Amino acid sequence: MQLWLIPAFPLAGFLINGLLGRRASKGFINAVAIGSVLLSFAWVLKTIMGLGDVSSRYVEHYFTWIQSGALQVNFDFAVDRLTVVMLLVVTGVGALIHIYSVGYMGHEGGYYRFFAYLNLFMFFMLTLVLAANYLVLFVGWEGVGLCSYLLIGFYFLRQSATNAGNKAFIVNRIGDFGFSLAIFLVFLNFGTLDFGGVFANVPGKPETLLNTIGLLLLVGACGKSAQIPLYVWLPDAMEGPTPVSALIHAATMVTAGVYMVARSNVIYIHAPVAQEAVALIGLATAFFSATIGLLQNDIKKIFAYSTVSQLGYMFVGAGVGAFSAGIYHLVTHAFFKALLFLGSGSVIHALSGEQDVRRMGGLAKKIPWTFWTMLCAAVAIAGVPPFSGFYSKDMILAAAYQRAPWIYWVGAITAGLTAFYVFRAIFLAFFGAYRGHEHPHESPPVMILPLAALAFLSLAGGFLFDVPQFLERLFPPIEESHDVTLVAVSVAIGLAGIGLAALFYVVKPSLPDSLAASFSGVYKLIYNKYFVDEIYDAAVVKPVVNGSRSLLWKGVDVGLIDAGVNGLGWSARGIGGILRLLQSGSIRSYATWVVFGSVVLMVAMAMAGGVR
Amino acid sequence: MYASLVPTSAEMIRFLPELILTVVATLFMVLDPLLGRQSRHVYGHFSILALLGAMAAAVYVYRDPGAAFSGMLMVDGFATFFRVVVIGVGILTVLPSYRYLDREDAETGEYHALLLFSIVGQCVMVTANELIMIFIGLEISSIASYVLAGYLRDDRRANEAALKYFLLGSFATAFFLYGVALIYGMTGSTNLATVRRAILGGSLGSAPIFIGVAAALMFVGLGFKVSGAPFQIWAPDVYQGAPTPVAAFLSAGPKAAAFAIFLRIFLTAFQPIGPGWEPLVWVSALASMTLGNFAALTQSNIKRLLAYSSIAHAGYVLVALAARSNVGTAAAMFYMAAYAFMNIGAFAVVSHLSGKGERYLKVEDFAGLGAKQPGTAALLSIFLLSLIGVPLTGGFFGKFYIFKAALDSHLVWLTVLGLLNSAVAAYYYLRILVMMYMREPGEAASRIQPLTPGLRAALVLPALGTLVLGIFPGWVLDFAGRSSVFVR
Amino acid sequence: MPTSYAETYFPVLLQAVIAMAVAAGMLGASYLLGKRVRNRVKDMPYECGIEPTGSARERFSVKFYLVGMLFILFDIEAIFLYPWAVVYRELKMFAFLEMLVFIVLILSGFFYIWKKGALDWGETGERRFRKP
Repeated sequence: MQLWLIPAFPLAGFLINGLLGRRASKGFINAVAIGSVLLSFAWVLKTIMGLGDVSSRYVEHYFTWIQSGALQVNFDFAVDRLTVVMLLVVTGVGALIHIYSVGYMGHEGGYYRFFAYLNLFMFFMLTLVLAANYLVLFVGWEGVGLCSYLLIGFYFLRQSATNAGNKAFIVNRIGDFGFSLAIFLVFLNFGTLDFGGVFANVPGKPETLLNTIGLLLLVGACGKSAQIPLYVWLPDAMEGPTPVSALIHAATMVTAGVYMVARSNVIYIHAPVAQEAVALIGLATAFFSATIGLLQNDIKKIFAYSTVSQLGYMFVGAGVGAFSAGIYHLVTHAFFKALLFLGSGSVIHALSGEQDVRRMGGLAKKIPWTFWTMLCAAVAIAGVPPFSGFYSKDMILAAAYQRAPWIYWVGAITAGLTAFYVFRAIFLAFFGAYRGHEHPHESPPVMILPLAALAFLSLAGGFLFDVPQFLERLFPPIEESHDVTLVAVSVAIGLAGIGLAALFYVVKPSLPDSLAASFSGVYKLIYNKYFVDEIYDAAVVKPVVNGSRSLLWKGVDVGLIDAGVNGLGWSARGIGGILRLLQSGSIRSYATWVVFGSVVLMVAMAMAGGVR
Repeated sequence: MYASLVPTSAEMIRFLPELILTVVATLFMVLDPLLGRQSRHVYGHFSILALLGAMAAAVYVYRDPGAAFSGMLMVDGFATFFRVVVIGVGILTVLPSYRYLDREDAETGEYHALLLFSIVGQCVMVTANELIMIFIGLEISSIASYVLAGYLRDDRRANEAALKYFLLGSFATAFFLYGVALIYGMTGSTNLATVRRAILGGSLGSAPIFIGVAAALMFVGLGFKVSGAPFQIWAPDVYQGAPTPVAAFLSAGPKAAAFAIFLRIFLTAFQPIGPGWEPLVWVSALASMTLGNFAALTQSNIKRLLAYSSIAHAGYVLVALAARSNVGTAAAMFYMAAYAFMNIGAFAVVSHLSGKGERYLKVEDFAGLGAKQPGTAALLSIFLLSLIGVPLTGGFFGKFYIFKAALDSHLVWLTVLGLLNSAVAAYYYLRILVMMYMREPGEAASRIQPLTPGLRAALVLPALGTLVLGIFPGWVLDFAGRSSVFVR
Repeated sequence: MPTSYAETYFPVLLQAVIAMAVAAGMLGASYLLGKRVRNRVKDMPYECGIEPTGSARERFSVKFYLVGMLFILFDIEAIFLYPWAVVYRELKMFAFLEMLVFIVLILSGFFYIWKKGALDWGETGERRFRKP
């Protein structure tokens, strides 16, 4: 099948643009960048045709990566139905966003660099999805993190962009720490890292072990998919160019955590505590970030918190055992959230860089294409039937009700909040009177075309692609529920959210301010995002940096040693000044440090080594 | 009875790499006063030839492994692996030195002679099979490197570095020698296998307690050489003051050789008292990682930063030692090879950027390197990513094997803390990446010279090595795995 | 018959203790019993003889140390000849060749320091080779 060609095309695109792009024309760069992704998309389609209905896992072996004693890891790619879904989303949505970027990035410096990074990202993302074992997956996992870092910091002249890139990298390292521990644990207890080999042996392993592995994997997933407590990097990541936000921080990379949890579903099914944790973290993230989204004013930040919240939904799906529903939501979310970001990119483009919704308004007539396509995304994410978001969200909520009704209720309220803040953004941006100073202009066709395609998918994606049915055999069955009341209630809450947003921001625009005044405490708390960044800064960042500076460097290196030694040197003078022979103070102190260390060592060894 | 002292020709051949290097280095010393300054590049060319020859010889003599000189040397897979590593480090040090010595207007003959002598010492260390030979190798290597550290005679910092290195180094070697003396006194032998048998057999005379003391004394000496906590204290000052190519050499060559004998002594002779020394290595590994990484967070001088980073990396290798297993030995071997590549490469970029008199050594001086010299910046990125431990680089697999070995030996907490440490470490390497790609070019990047062929080779070869170890680690790891059984 | 480590070395310890006790005892006794007379003549370095002039801590030329070190190096190398002389009959040709190698190495070292000017006492010497 030559699966390796799927990631190889974007890699070739990266190399060509990275090496030659500096002197190449824009047409050449576009052709290479978009062409490579389209080729890869075509190859995905050809692969699917060739594999028929992909009823079983198809593995391709390339070479033995590591062979050392008991350790054997192969460089393998594999395709099953889950991979097929992910491949189509990544290459399909990826291709659309590449096309859009041609228009959006047209006036930016570092054009070739941008597309080279974007292609490199595609390479790593496809490697991640195609991986047949945890180690190859980890390669893609780290790689997409790196590309995300490079692309967030793309506008590097802005200090905030650089900081945001750093933050994303560091927070993800914490997640990777958990993930790598999980990989070690899997290897030690299963003797292999291959998905097939691991999952076949899961039944019968002790539950504590599986819970530990599941929780550690969850730490990794929390980092990559921006869940509590590691979500803080994603809103800041909006410093990157908008197509990057759409591709990496909405549609593909951030869903890698969900993919990984779904991929490891066998482990989670046998690890009830870990699975419960997935559901709870997802639910908490969904709810809290939705509340933060209510009061954001930067249009991209609104959608960033929305992404965090929707990712939480996917985790809830996986956590209550409805893995296929989680993946279903991943797919529909890729459509409508990519569209929301690209649409807001189009708005920002139209307003020459304005991102604050308070300085927009009345744009519906000025940029109608952008307005109508974004409206499609908004109804989809708000869960209005029969659009795509309705199907997937409803399925997750129904499965949650089977597990525990209160999860359903929190989820349904979150859905209402989602509908509210999305339509708040829509109403503020497109309705009322224009409050800005720029002269809005509609985006070029090369940007509109992907918007239209995504709008179609957002509206019709739900019943066009019945993902759960496609994935039926891969995951344990979900208990079907046909409780119409539940559906009706959640839809009603969603519609209520839309109605409330209309009331607040179209009918009576003075209402939000008076409400904010009367609930000023809560308002301030939410407006400042619960002060989480400040708390992290005070509790983690400052102590580490200051601690290393004052304690380890100044303290141990300079203070402790010198102080101890000066004390000793002072008494040595009394004894006979042996240590004074070495004139340099620091050498004397270093030598004393060595003596001190060796005395401790010798005493310890005499106690431990001698007495066998 | 003395006839057995006459070495056979097979034994002489097993000593061939050292012979080649010694002869060439001695020739350098004789030629140096005779040849004028016009032929300053000749020494470099011949150094590389000699090192290549020695490397070929090292590989060649492995066809017929065995002992030499009454069992004082042992050519086995382990020795061959480290011989190739230290000789390779030598080649990678000579390449950037051409430019460096030209720029600083320093003499070349002595420099290369000293470098070769130091490598001879390291080859003897890694091949040695008994404590006296190890000590002789250690001294040959150390004395040459003391002089190298202060090679720029007119530079105050270099002088200070050399003096500190010399005083503390001899101090630490004395500890080692005292340990050797204790061992000889108790077991009547300096041969590692015999010492081990004596410890196992309980024929220690009346004082088993002193075996522990002897092990501790050797630990002090070796801990100094590998810059492991709490004996890391010299490293930042010395790396900062020494000429940059020499700092690169010190961080890779002597360190690899010291780790080789560390493994050999502690896993062969002191293997029976393993449970006794394991906690110490545990503490030392953790302290090295933590101290190195957290102190590096606040450094602004790039050479100091790399020095602290090298302390942290010594900590990772000590984790492998604490595992006390064949897997751990193999992991340590692999890591030293990968570390040699990435660290020498990083130092070569520093040497290239710093300019005459090493003026530009701040982290800020990397600003805009990505725009001014994209090739150099890309190669440095590979080294830094490998130092962070990102997949597809040698550094990733090195860490992976080490922590796997540690978990195999049930060192769970050390693994957890080590992984946390490597998460912290990402931050200070990232600062350099940020500077290179996300800042406007500063003075240093604007004044950067074009790459010379020697420097280009000094950057591309380690980068290739780093990537090959990251993408196809199997072959090297396999060899390390098979060789690790010799250390038992 | 001493059996344990401590017993074997007990006499050594005893001797060390006695030595310290004797030294401390003599110093202490003279401190306690001795008469103290302090005057100018008593405080001079030599109670009789030539009066010292200048500081005792004179700075020597660094060349002095260099030559001193080189002397010790070659001195120690000469000592290697003694064990060699004991066994060279048994080792025959090998011993001869080995010593030849050794002498060549020493001579090349000697040649090096000589040419580098380490043996020149004056201001000439290795600086000659530094700048063209």
